[in-house]
Amino acid sequence: MKIIVFAENQDGNFKKSTFEAISYAAQIAANNNGNVTAVSIGNVSAEKLAELGKYGADHIVSYAQEVFHSFSGEAYSKAISHAAKSLNANLIIVSNTYSGKTIAPRTAAQLSAGIVSGVISFPDMQNGFKVRRTVFSGKAYADVNVNTSIKVLAITPNSFAILDQPKTAAIEIMDAGIGSENVHTKSTEIARTSGKVVLTEAELVISAGRGMKGPENWHMIENLADILGAATACSKPVSDMHWRPHSEHVGQTGITIKPNLYIAIGISGAIQHLAGVSSSKVIVAINKDPEAPFFKAADYGIVGDAFEILPLITEAAKAFKSQQA
Amino acid sequence: MKILVCMSNVPDTTTKVTFAENNTKFNTQGVQFIINPYDELALTRALEITEKQTGTVTVVNVGLADTEPNVRKALAIGAHEAVRINAEPLDAYFVAEQIAHYAKGENFDVILTGRESIDYNGGMVAGLLGEMLNMPSINVITAIEIENGIAHLERDIDGGREKLDCPIPFVASAQKELTEPRIPNMRGIMAARTKPLKVLEPTGSQANTLTTSFELPAPKGACKLIDVADAGKLIELLHTEAKVI
Ligand SMILES: Cc1cc2nc3c(=O)[nH]c(=O)nc-3n(C[C@H](O)[C@H](O)[C@H](O)COP(=O)(O)OP(=O)(O)OC[C@H]3O[C@@H](n4cnc5c(N)ncnc54)[C@H](O)[C@@H]3O)c2cc1C
Repeated sequence: MKIIVFAENQDGNFKKSTFEAISYAAQIAANNNGNVTAVSIGNVSAEKLAELGKYGADHIVSYAQEVFHSFSGEAYSKAISHAAKSLNANLIIVSNTYSGKTIAPRTAAQLSAGIVSGVISFPDMQNGFKVRRTVFSGKAYADVNVNTSIKVLAITPNSFAILDQPKTAAIEIMDAGIGSENVHTKSTEIARTSGKVVLTEAELVISAGRGMKGPENWHMIENLADILGAATACSKPVSDMHWRPHSEHVGQTGITIKPNLYIAIGISGAIQHLAGVSSSKVIVAINKDPEAPFFKAADYGIVGDAFEILPLITEAAKAFKSQQA
Repeated sequence: MKILVCMSNVPDTTTKVTFAENNTKFNTQGVQFIINPYDELALTRALEITEKQTGTVTVVNVGLADTEPNVRKALAIGAHEAVRINAEPLDAYFVAEQIAHYAKGENFDVILTGRESIDYNGGMVAGLLGEMLNMPSINVITAIEIENGIAHLERDIDGGREKLDCPIPFVASAQKELTEPRIPNMRGIMAARTKPLKVLEPTGSQANTLTTSFELPAPKGACKLIDVADAGKLIELLHTEAKVI
């Protein structure tokens, strides 16, 4: 089995989700007499490229031509397909990030490959090729058979452990012969919410709803998130009322997340909200209404006034962190 | 401006998901179907664009006859014409192939989809279509204006926002914030009755993935309640018991 992993970087640094994807691929390779090629696209230093070997890549390929200096689904997908064809790969693994979701389907169409996104399991190859994915925004799972000889899997971030499986991987510079005529989009501005934990990749998320009464009280949420190194999220009405940016809206019509810890403060736990967060490993609900549906989905709960509870938790978190330091 | 909006027919967001036939099929009994909310945004934005300039909006759905009420609803919201490709939407690849086959001869300037369908959450159709039609595809757009054949777009990226330009034709997928969904009014509903709804037969392609079974997540154990006075203990429990911090 020849596996290719898209090694996504941001400003020259590989993402956590990239290491998860390589660890995932290396485990499949180990059980199937296979090997893993990590494909980096864009400007990444040799030192950073070598990092990919640490998680089990046998071989590292870098496409760093000018055309790849800014992200383009058209060009990036062609580079992955080029690598797949050159190496006769039969499995292509991408992390289901925004960039991954842009590239994966184009690559699949280029290679006439069956594609599954939102994958949360290792493939079962006993009888064909089967993977599990989440459906209905996390309300259920589906097992999917892929029947093509080449397969593309977009795996959900935060679903697989990062494993140290060091290999001495050779780095190869490749050129897919892709010119600027292949790129139609032109980026004019990129704004990143700097210094903050990215919600889609966060392991810890502090989320709040209408129970917080107004945007002026969000410093309490941000403060707790800062102390714990967590990302912040919110319910739909909160972003609809512009108390918080839309990018923080989680749920069935917002983003789906899968952190290790999700703390929901003043959120009722409507079915549409739960859909986006119920795959979290541990859920804490803080709500003054003991009948709030969130308590049915939570592992820990505190029934009471958030404005009374938050300072207590924040103090405890501070003490915990200083003890750890 | 000729715009195509791809629309899927999905269970209402309040649906309690259950499965039938030995967990091999989604149980549609008593389930109300709606236009996928992101597709509704795509449709509304398409209408706004054609109202500002001139143009037509066509909606396309890959689905069996049971999706027609929602296809009509799209016409009532304001789409000029609708096409239903008469096939069960087997997987994203299959759906994209059907739409690409139809769209090839139609010279659309812009093709919009939702960022994902809220049932299968694949988010793959826009990219597949883009490649099949040899067009760029821009995912999760939160703004779009078109001037002199160039679209100015904004899209979500991991941890931020990007502004970009793209000449027509292209495919883009709608993210929340693109606009507010439009609700059909009485005039729209009346007009929809006489608007064209074409039914096309699918091309012969087969699906290359097959969903064999579904499963519901195991129910959560009981919630451990902590007294308000001991609220600080939560942090300790998260560390020693849950081991997540
Ligand atoms: C088509 C559709 C799609 C939707 N998609 C989403 C989605 O993706 N995400 C989403 O979040 N919602 C979604 N919703 C909305 C959803 O149904 C709920 O309305 C929403 O999640 C409620 O947000 P909330 O819990 O913040 O507010 P509320 O329902 O108003 O709940 C506020 C909660 O705060 C508690 N509270 C109040 N004061 C305090 C206090 N001082 N201390 C502690 N607790 C307090 C209350 O007891 C209550 O439980 C969708 C709805 C529809 C129809």
